[in-house]
Amino acid sequence: MATALESKPEHVRLTEQGKPVTLLEAIREGLWEEMERDERVFLMGEDIGVYGGAFKVTEGMLDAFGSLRVVDTPISEIGFTGAAAGAAHMGMRPVVEMQFIDFIACAYDMITNYVATSRYRGSGAVPMVIRGPSGGYVRGGPFHSQNPEAAFFHTPGLKIVYPATAYDAKGLIKAAIRDDDPVLFFEHKWLYRRPQLREVLPKEDYVVPIGKARTHREGKDLTIVTYAALVHKSAEAAEVLEKEDGLDVEIIDLRTILPLDDEAIVASVKKTNRLLIVHEDTRTGGIAGEIAMRVSEKAFEWLDAPIQRVTAIDAPIPYSPPLEDYFLPQTDDIVKAARWLAKY
Amino acid sequence: MANRTPTKRAAAAIPHGLERAQLLEMYRLVRLTRALEEKLELLFKQSKVVGGLFRSLGQEGESVASAYALRRRDDGTGDVLSPLIRNLGSMLTIGARPDEVVRQYMAKGDSPARGKELNIHFTDFDRGFIGQISPLGDLVPVMAGVALTFRQRGEDRVGMVYIGDGATSTGAFHEGINFAAVQKLPLVVVVENNGWAYSTPTRMQTAARSFAAKAAGYGAAAEQVDGNDMLAVYGVAKKAVDRARAGGGVTLIEVQTYRRKGHAQHDAQTYMDPAEIEHWATTNDPVDRYVAALTQNGWASTKELAAIDAEIDRELDEMIAQAETSPLPDAEEARTDVTGDGPVAAPWYRLSPPDPVKA
Ligand SMILES: Cc1ncc(C[n+]2csc(CCOP(=O)(O)OP(=O)(O)O)c2C)c(N)n1
Repeated sequence: MATALESKPEHVRLTEQGKPVTLLEAIREGLWEEMERDERVFLMGEDIGVYGGAFKVTEGMLDAFGSLRVVDTPISEIGFTGAAAGAAHMGMRPVVEMQFIDFIACAYDMITNYVATSRYRGSGAVPMVIRGPSGGYVRGGPFHSQNPEAAFFHTPGLKIVYPATAYDAKGLIKAAIRDDDPVLFFEHKWLYRRPQLREVLPKEDYVVPIGKARTHREGKDLTIVTYAALVHKSAEAAEVLEKEDGLDVEIIDLRTILPLDDEAIVASVKKTNRLLIVHEDTRTGGIAGEIAMRVSEKAFEWLDAPIQRVTAIDAPIPYSPPLEDYFLPQTDDIVKAARWLAKY
Repeated sequence: MANRTPTKRAAAAIPHGLERAQLLEMYRLVRLTRALEEKLELLFKQSKVVGGLFRSLGQEGESVASAYALRRRDDGTGDVLSPLIRNLGSMLTIGARPDEVVRQYMAKGDSPARGKELNIHFTDFDRGFIGQISPLGDLVPVMAGVALTFRQRGEDRVGMVYIGDGATSTGAFHEGINFAAVQKLPLVVVVENNGWAYSTPTRMQTAARSFAAKAAGYGAAAEQVDGNDMLAVYGVAKKAVDRARAGGGVTLIEVQTYRRKGHAQHDAQTYMDPAEIEHWATTNDPVDRYVAALTQNGWASTKELAAIDAEIDRELDEMIAQAETSPLPDAEEARTDVTGDGPVAAPWYRLSPPDPVKA
């Protein structure tokens, strides 16, 4: 019917050296550098070419790498996820974008039954990345705000990454692409363009290893284990707790959800003796349950208080502002829960 | 005397068994759709719409005319449709009210979904509409199930489901239409070929010659129609609905139209050709074409139509003013209706005093 205009989006190669980048730009840089480094890497997804993706993560990449390596797909999550697996079998390193991570559910069968079991079944490793914007706090309603990590957390054979900083986002997307196993890479859309998260990234090539947590803030009174957007809400809470309660809160940013970095969690709990787990996903069957159990198995004797968690409530995510605010964990919730734990 | 049609010559015969009053009702609906979206756009620009806004500019005609072919009732015995993002016109035609739509967009507590869902994602089984969900294609199998029940119960009711050209690429679409065709269910599948799926042109969505051609692969009947000609759309929709009601099974209708706005309000449509948009706006606008048909055939006067327009504007301004005074929902409403067993637990740290054991 219609042809796209000749005028292409501005060529947005890498941000200027030394200029601080957002989390979104950090991901673009990571993808870009991997595309340049390894010609087996290619991108697939809806509207990622001319349009540059719904959030513009892949902007400029079609111009730079051509349509063989930046492949616009029909609206076919099962189709392009399966196709990525096939390409990976043939030695490629596909990175597929879910326009919103909510739609990863459409490809659930392909990911859990086919991709995740491939190595185990003797069909070989499947080095592919599935990435996309996830998370709430943006009034996106029930289908543009979800955090589906726990649905895949229970699937052996997958790795799950969910960065909270620009530095980590770039280093982890690179690590994910270089990993021989299938990696789900969640990108929090509330963090994408937050000016506070701008960082100057190293000039040199670097990766952030998958499976390693990071201490976001050192402390001795209480450990908060968290990831993604809630790292920043936890940090806000820690500031309040320091000022108003004189509490010294340690924050562990998991960065990788699967596999979990037990060592880092346990070491922190052994130091502070109190654990609060904070995540944006809903409560029942969430990641917090597994973390609590592992700490109970490995560090029960060190605990001075029952492990607690701050999470979304067990409901679908609603749309209207007061409802979304109630549904999602807020900074104040973390403050209250931490206070209770500290006093216990 | 004063209200006589201004044309001297006798009015042309109205096609498809429609009556003059119905022609005017369709006019009211299509104008209402456009006017309501324009008001919503204004509200969006004033930051009063929570979330996004999707316009159906240029597609209102097919939306209204296809739904108009359904048997409309409000007691749970009529036909049932499921819309897509751009089917505000279908929703209004089957019986959704503009004030409900405004409240939905503004996330109000007294909106049909009580702030839990957005835009036209809402349901009323009595009036015959089922709210879509965002994952594209899912409502095709759901509507197959609706049609299956009509047949199981021996009810002569029909289902109509809308799907974009892009959304026909989903697995759910294929599985749904295939199942409905195998079972010869009373289902009409309206494929809206508007040239685009977000930024993806239709040729990048399917290699098939046409969507109507796909129907043969499922064993469904097919129709292809100029989507900006409301009477033509009504004609094929009526035929498909009659066929379904008579036990003739599934029809896929490909309506050929054009999305004149971007995917949503935030989309600057830089990938589209402004000359092409202009061409559709000036030579192929469904409302203009319908007005021309009405007036040139002597079915309505411009004065009559202007009176309808004025009435719509007055109505909408009133509704919007009212909706604006409605409160947002209570926060704790977030805990309700997860299941039928009452609200889910409040988080312990929100209680006073917070106590995890008592929560
Ligand atoms: C399964 C799924 N994948 C991706 C999306 C994101 N998305 C929403 S609308 C849209 C384009 C829809 O195009 P089309 O079906 O042609 O309808 P139109 O917008 O043209 O009316 C996309 C990709 C979605 N909602 N569901």
